[in-house]
Formats: sequence, structure tokens, C-alpha cells
Amino acid sequence: MAEKKSLIFDPVETLHSIEEKFEMVQVLNEEGEIVNEEADPKLSDEDLQELMSRMVYTRILDQRSISLNRQGRLGFYAPTAGQEASQLASHFALKKEDFILPGYRDVPQLIWHGWPLHQAFLFSRGHFMGNQMPEGLNILPPQIIIGAQYIQAAGVALGMQKRKKEAVAITYTGDGGSSQGDFYEGINFAGSFRSPAIFIVQNNQYAISTPRELQTSAKTIAQKAVAAGIPGVLVDGMDPLAVYAVTRDARERAIKGEGPTLIETLCYRYGPHTMAGDDPTRYRTSDIDSEWEKKDPLVRFRKYLEAKGLWSEEKENEVIERAKDEIKAAIKKADSAPKQTVTNMLEIMYEEVPFNVKEQLEIYKAKESK
Amino acid sequence: MRELTYLEAVREAMSQEMRQNEDVFILGEDIGVYGGAFGVTRGMIEEFGPERIRNTPISEAAISGTAVGAALTGMRPILELQFSDFITIAMDNMVNQAAKIRYMYGGKGKVPMVLRTPAGSGTGAAAQHSQSLEAWMTHIPGLKVVQPSTAYDAKGLLKAAIDDDNPVIFYEHKLCYKTKSDVPEESYSIPLGKADVKREGKDATIVATAIMVHRSLEAAAELEKEGISVEVIDPRTLVPLDTETIIESVKKTSRLVVVHEAVKRGGFGGEIASVIAESEAFDYLDAPIKRLGGKAVPIPYNPELEKAAIPGVDDIINAVKETVNRL
Repeated sequence: MAEKKSLIFDPVETLHSIEEKFEMVQVLNEEGEIVNEEADPKLSDEDLQELMSRMVYTRILDQRSISLNRQGRLGFYAPTAGQEASQLASHFALKKEDFILPGYRDVPQLIWHGWPLHQAFLFSRGHFMGNQMPEGLNILPPQIIIGAQYIQAAGVALGMQKRKKEAVAITYTGDGGSSQGDFYEGINFAGSFRSPAIFIVQNNQYAISTPRELQTSAKTIAQKAVAAGIPGVLVDGMDPLAVYAVTRDARERAIKGEGPTLIETLCYRYGPHTMAGDDPTRYRTSDIDSEWEKKDPLVRFRKYLEAKGLWSEEKENEVIERAKDEIKAAIKKADSAPKQTVTNMLEIMYEEVPFNVKEQLEIYKAKESK
Repeated sequence: MRELTYLEAVREAMSQEMRQNEDVFILGEDIGVYGGAFGVTRGMIEEFGPERIRNTPISEAAISGTAVGAALTGMRPILELQFSDFITIAMDNMVNQAAKIRYMYGGKGKVPMVLRTPAGSGTGAAAQHSQSLEAWMTHIPGLKVVQPSTAYDAKGLLKAAIDDDNPVIFYEHKLCYKTKSDVPEESYSIPLGKADVKREGKDATIVATAIMVHRSLEAAAELEKEGISVEVIDPRTLVPLDTETIIESVKKTSRLVVVHEAVKRGGFGGEIASVIAESEAFDYLDAPIKRLGGKAVPIPYNPELEKAAIPGVDDIINAVKETVNRL
């Protein structure tokens, strides 16, 4: 038997050394203590309170949306609880001119960017007025095809680059989305042209029922950035300060012309994949649930703010009441939207109704006027 | 008037638009110094620079997806897919994204993009580089589908496609690239959805697309020698389809032969035949409608078999003779 030849280049060792480098960035630990002074974004007191308010508000919105769905008053809904830091702290690092390309679970970022709540409810009901975005609001409606938003984000970033805008395109997918070809093509394309984009993978551990371990043999999703030649960051997705800090840095690099960044936020969704019949007890145990509940972003942020004297039960109740009132008003407003007709559908398909669609349109107009 | 090849006409249409509108740019594989697989963009990177002639990674999903993204920011991208067969890889972006965005955004989104791509057989490019898959795209509400056969049409239709605020699929037939016709120097537009009568006749109507327009015109010239007068119609755009011109012609000639290179089964010829069957022209028919299309096989590499896989001039002559009962 031939003797094993030692390789000058050791691919196994190289892989391990790369993987080890992707340590999770954490600023605020589960106890609400700053563990990484250097990385602390040092937000102002007002900003800290505002971020906390948004997280509390969004948790209430999630609870209300689930019950409205159960009552049959909302349609499609993908629960967000557990992902507030990942979603809202990354959004907090953005500016109004930045363009968001969300996945279907990313309704909260859109709302805080300016999507009126009643329109989000109309979207959930499949009403065409839901996605009629107000002028100047730089968002796309939630993407339903897994990963498709990644390449579109590369395109939006290309458009911004061409028009020399000081803004970024930011997009979100999940751990499952990172297995799609679109994921690779999107980060590679944006990297190739150094386009101003931020690619976020919210690794919430399950793609419907499929666990993260099955998606890839890679130790982290963040390290996939290496293959595209762009920076990648693994961040504690239950830690709002860490998520904010890494997103802010990614944005700065993008604006300076240094190209895109891939960010993996380690997080968890407490609820089902969507409200359309998923039962998480089929694929995960309550042990795993409670493990992650200990890391809850609201709990640790509340502790941190309370210790600084910036948060109280009273403040929290104020936010909860405001959220409930606004949700109630928004549902009422959504209820008052006009009923959809077949002619609506035919009219919105092309910029100008082509003559052959016009024929169908006339038929339905006649029917509807009866 | 000056003559241009079809290929030059496509290039001229793009260049003229790009000189006028900074938002128009091209992206695709090898479209830079190499000039594209068929040379359509040759010389353009020298004039417009690498930002507007974006030579991309080999990444059809990303090319089509970024075109959608760029269009959403108000740009007017033209993307070149090196071979129309590769639309399989761009399919999600065209079918699930580009076609539906306006509709799903309640009529407020806009995707002004053109996907240009060379299609068809005849260059010895074999099974995965020779197909005619246009019927797939005609099935998708929200898209427009254009298939010019002459240099003159290519230039005017491409301008209309670029000006259109909807996603447009623009099929260029490889064998048409070298064909020539009179092409005005100034910019002009041919509305999408307007057929062209390429030859007038009274005994039978041929509706043909792309390279089959040229074959049908050859067949018509032969048939004239035998006293059979054939009208040749090129729909030019499949979506929207100018049904009126076709119906009027069939009412006049009472006979219809439909010819395309794409596989006959499930091809767009079935749609044209159905339009006639459902219209008032049906009562005027004196013979069953005949459809000619490619055989239901992958395009062979062998040049003789490649020719045999699609309709030839003789096939068209025979089909017309059958319908006029002169065989």
C-alpha cells in the first residue's frame, strides 16, 4: 500500500479554520448584560426606548393577527414572535431611502418602514389594494417564492448604484431559503458588481419542518459569503443591539461602495410556519421551545432597559394599549375597503389594458352592473 | 432606403434608445467586448461603457431576477439570454415574478423590461440550444410576446417593447439575423399587437412566425407559378395577438394553413386555429385548417435530420395544395 502523501494544501484543515472564524456576535446576553462593550452601538436613550416599543408592539400585533386569523378575519399569516430583534433591530439601522425586499414573514419591517397597517391586513386577505404602496415608500410586498427576493435585491441595488443613490437594498430570507440557487446567484451577482445590498438570513432553525442541519453541511450560513467573496457575519438574532450593530456596519460598507454583506441572524420562531395548518409539535419538542424562550429578545432587552431606568411596566402597558387600539382601527379600515370585482383583476394586469383583455373586461363589466 | 440585417436592426434599436434614455441598459452573458453569442451587442460596450452594457456572471436566474429588481427602481433593463433554451433557468423570474408583479401590487407596480433571446434551429446547435419555446410564455397573463421575422419589424417592435411598461419577451430567430430589409435610419415604433400581411393573396391564408414567414413566402412564390394565390400573414406579436387581421384574411380566402417551427403539439398554431374555429370566419372555411410544426422530437445535431425535424418549403407547398384540393 502506498504511503499517505502529505498535502501541501490541506482542504479539510482550511475548511475548519474558516468555519471556526465565524463566531456569533453578541452584545447583550440573555440576562440583559452588555458582554461586548466594543460592539455596543451605544444608541441614545430615545432610540433604545423606541426600539423596545417597536418590539413590544410587534409582539402584540403577532398575537392579535393569530387570533384574527383564527376568527376568519385575516387570511395568510406567518407568525413573527421570537424574531423581533432579528427583524426590527436590522430595520432600525436603515434609512427611509433604503429599499426592503422582504420574505413572507417580514411584515413587521414593512410596517415600521411605513406600510399602513390596514394595507398589511388587506394583503393578508388577498385584496388588491393591500399592495398598492404609497408613493415614496421603498418596499416590495412580501415575497412568497422562497429566495426570489435575493436576486431582485441585487437588481434593486444595481439600479441604486446606476442612479448614484446613497441607499441600500436589504432583503430577508430564512435558513431554508439559503439552499436555493437564487440565494447564491443573488449574493454572487451583487458581489461581482459591488452593489449596495444587505442580505439577511434569519436562521430560525426550521424551514417549515425541515431542521437547519438538513439544509447544508456548512457549520454556519454566514460562511457562505466567503464563496461569493463578500463579508459574512453570524449574529445573535435574539440580541437587538448586536443585530443593529452588524446591520449598521453592513450599510456603511455598502454606501461607501464596498459591496454587499451577508448576515445570518440566529433566531427562533415560537409559532407555526404559517397559520395554514402547520403544527410545530410534529417536528420539534417543547424542550427546544423553552431553550429558545430563555433567549427571548424582549426579555433581555427589557432587563437591560429597566436596569438603565429607561423602561417600566407602565411604559410597556402604554405601548400594548396603543398597539391594540391601532390594530382595531386598522382592521376596521380594512373592512371598509370596497369589495373586489373581476374587472379590478383584469384592469390591473397590464399598464394599459390590451385590446384582447378589453373584450373580457366588457363582458364582466356588463355582468357586474346587473 | 438603406438596407440593414436583422441583427444590425436589433442593435440599432437598442443603441438609439440608449442614447436617448439613460435608464435603458443591457445585461447578459458575454455581451461586452465579445459582443454577445451572435454579435448583436458588438461595439456597444465601446460606446456605452461597462455600466450600461453589463457583462454578467453565467447566471440566468440572477440576470432575469436583477432585471426585475432594476425595473422596479425605474430602470428599463434589456436582458439578453444567450439562447432561448435557457429561459428554463429564468422561468421563475419571468413567470412568477415579472408577469405577476403589477397585478399582485394592485396595479401599482411596473416592470418595464425586455427579455431578448435568440431562438430556433438551423445552426447545428443541437437539442439544448435550438428550441422554440415561445408558446410557454404566451400562456402567462402579464407578459407580452414578440417574434419578429424581418429587420424592419425587429427594429420597430424592439422600440415598442422597450417603451412598454410591461415585461416583454422578444424572440429573435437565429436564421433571421443575417436576413436584410430596408430599415429607416430614424427611430420608429411598430405597435405590439399588429399583424403584417407579408403577401396578399386570395386562395389560401398562411399564418407563419419567425423564419417560417420566409419559408412561407418562398412557398407562396412557387405556388403562384401554379396559379395558386396565397396570402401570408405574420402576427409579429403573439401576445397580444391581432386576431382581426387573421379572421378577415380567412374570411377572404376560406382556407388556413398555420406554420411554425416550434413542436406542433401544444404549439401556438393551436391557438390560431382555435381563434378561427371560434370566430365568424369558421363558416367561411372550405377545408379543414392545417397546422404545420416541428416534429415532437428534440432538435437533432445531424444537419439533415435537423432540417427534417421542422417544416420546409415543400411541406408548406403540399399543405396549401391539400387545402385548396389541388394535390
